[in-house]
Amino acid sequence: MPRLEELQDLTTQVRRDILRMVHKVNSGHPGGSLGCAEFFVALYNEIMELNEGFDMDGKGEDLFFLSNGHISPVFYSVLARSGYFSVDELNTFRLINSRLQGHPTTHEGLPGIRIASGSLGQGLSVAIGAATAKKLNKDSNLVYSLHGDGELQEGQNWEAIMYASAKKVDNIIATIDLNGQQIDGATDTVLPMGSIRAKFEAFGWEVLDIEEGNNLEAIIAGLKKAKTMTGNGKPVCVLLHTVMGNGVDFMMHTHAWHGKAPNDEQLEKALAQNPETLGDY
Amino acid sequence: MKKYIDQGKNDTRSGFGAGLTELGRTNPNVVALCADLIGSLKMDQFIKENPERFFQIGIAEANMMGIAAGLTIGGKIPFTGTFANFSTGRVYDQIRQSIAYSNKNVKICASHAGVTLGEDGATHQILEDLGLMKMLPGMVVINPCDYNQTKAATIAIADYEGPVYLRFGRPKVANFTAVDQKFEIGKALHLTEGTDVTIVATGHLVWEALIAAETLESQGISAEVINIHTIKPLDANAIINSVKKTGCIVTAEEHNILGGLGESVARVLATNHPTPQEFVGTNDTFGESGTPEELMDKYGLNNKAIVNAVVKVIKRK
Repeated sequence: MPRLEELQDLTTQVRRDILRMVHKVNSGHPGGSLGCAEFFVALYNEIMELNEGFDMDGKGEDLFFLSNGHISPVFYSVLARSGYFSVDELNTFRLINSRLQGHPTTHEGLPGIRIASGSLGQGLSVAIGAATAKKLNKDSNLVYSLHGDGELQEGQNWEAIMYASAKKVDNIIATIDLNGQQIDGATDTVLPMGSIRAKFEAFGWEVLDIEEGNNLEAIIAGLKKAKTMTGNGKPVCVLLHTVMGNGVDFMMHTHAWHGKAPNDEQLEKALAQNPETLGDY
Repeated sequence: MKKYIDQGKNDTRSGFGAGLTELGRTNPNVVALCADLIGSLKMDQFIKENPERFFQIGIAEANMMGIAAGLTIGGKIPFTGTFANFSTGRVYDQIRQSIAYSNKNVKICASHAGVTLGEDGATHQILEDLGLMKMLPGMVVINPCDYNQTKAATIAIADYEGPVYLRFGRPKVANFTAVDQKFEIGKALHLTEGTDVTIVATGHLVWEALIAAETLESQGISAEVINIHTIKPLDANAIINSVKKTGCIVTAEEHNILGGLGESVARVLATNHPTPQEFVGTNDTFGESGTPEELMDKYGLNNKAIVNAVVKVIKRK
């Protein structure tokens, strides 16, 4: 089977995982998770250089930090299907005594997680710290991070964005999930942020758009290009244009499914649009 | 009663600076971050000797805490430096999520704590930081009493794996503990032996407690002074064993009595050995501008306040 087809099958299975996880506990955040399924699949399978197994320090491998921790379902699914832990454990999402907390945490020792996130706006600073440690350690691997677009309303981001360019943290690729939605509605309604590209450029970053943020080929090509932009004295920002709820027609183009789980009937309908490929957990 | 001699007044922040300088020479993983207060935190010498291991963050404390958390991933031991107010209240959620809940090996080093910051006034005089930090699960909270102890504590926390809050101050105060002391996190120090009252003090109030003990001795009252430099984890046994002998206790701290050392001691005693207790500290108030001495006097944070509290608590036995 051609590689792209394999990745497409994996993406479909990840969507099923997300939907089944949030349905089971009638909570969680399917919208943003679905919108970033292709990004996570591309990142963990085609982009990042990863070591076998997991250790916190991650020396000699690329690192990833999820800042918008509420899209934990897609993160957990892709980590499990990349071998960090058993896919059966996805069954425990948000349940008592689980390592798969509502928002990701290091507290329960889940392999693949290096920082707690959920309270928004903190991940970029952490990623910059980890990238700085890599420089001190003469480690040439990269640090990746993902942030919601609404999350950019948190002021700490702009402290971090200012710092990274001023201090030439050029071994970092920060991706912004530009789905234009947040809990209370469209970002342009809640708090219009103007041109995010212009803002990052004004703060001294290299900026790259991936217009088709739900197209695996476009994401892989875009992130590979972003890699070539590192090491030149500037941090790199990827603007990933996604559709919230992608892959489930009635969840797309709306903020309604930001933090709402499907009921039995809706789940059935959503799964029918994403037939089983690699096997459900 | 054992006497202590002031080896020459010095500020606890300079003890931190000296400790950090020594760590720079002995531990290659130690890195330092500062939010535009290098001189105030006495970080100059470390920076001079280790420019590649110092990060000037600018006036952006939230970012500093996050970067510190990230630096631990890769084995660094970050020491952050700013005023106590900006090390805690301003960045509480960043510490809570990115450092404490994530169990990152960050040392949050906080100067200018309490009213002895002086003339800058209440915006900068945090009296709530011990409470804020001790409530965070897994956070170690240390408030050393003089230059020598602050230097020793700074060096000791680098060898401890996990988040630590280290609190110190601005004014030059008596330097009376041993130069070459070994600092043990969580271990209370018996400064004087006594039979009538236990005085448990932390930070700048320890020297005041020793002066109070001398005054009390002249009045025929025998005070046992215990230096609690580690508010969390608290040395419960040292406190319980002392009050079993003395039957009453006074706690003294440059902090709000709501949430400070005194409340931690009260919890230990209430559940183990209920004992009459009086609290020396600020009482649900902000500070104000003034000299450190004036403020210590106005807010009841000196040896006189401790003596008064002892007289009161002994009557309650």
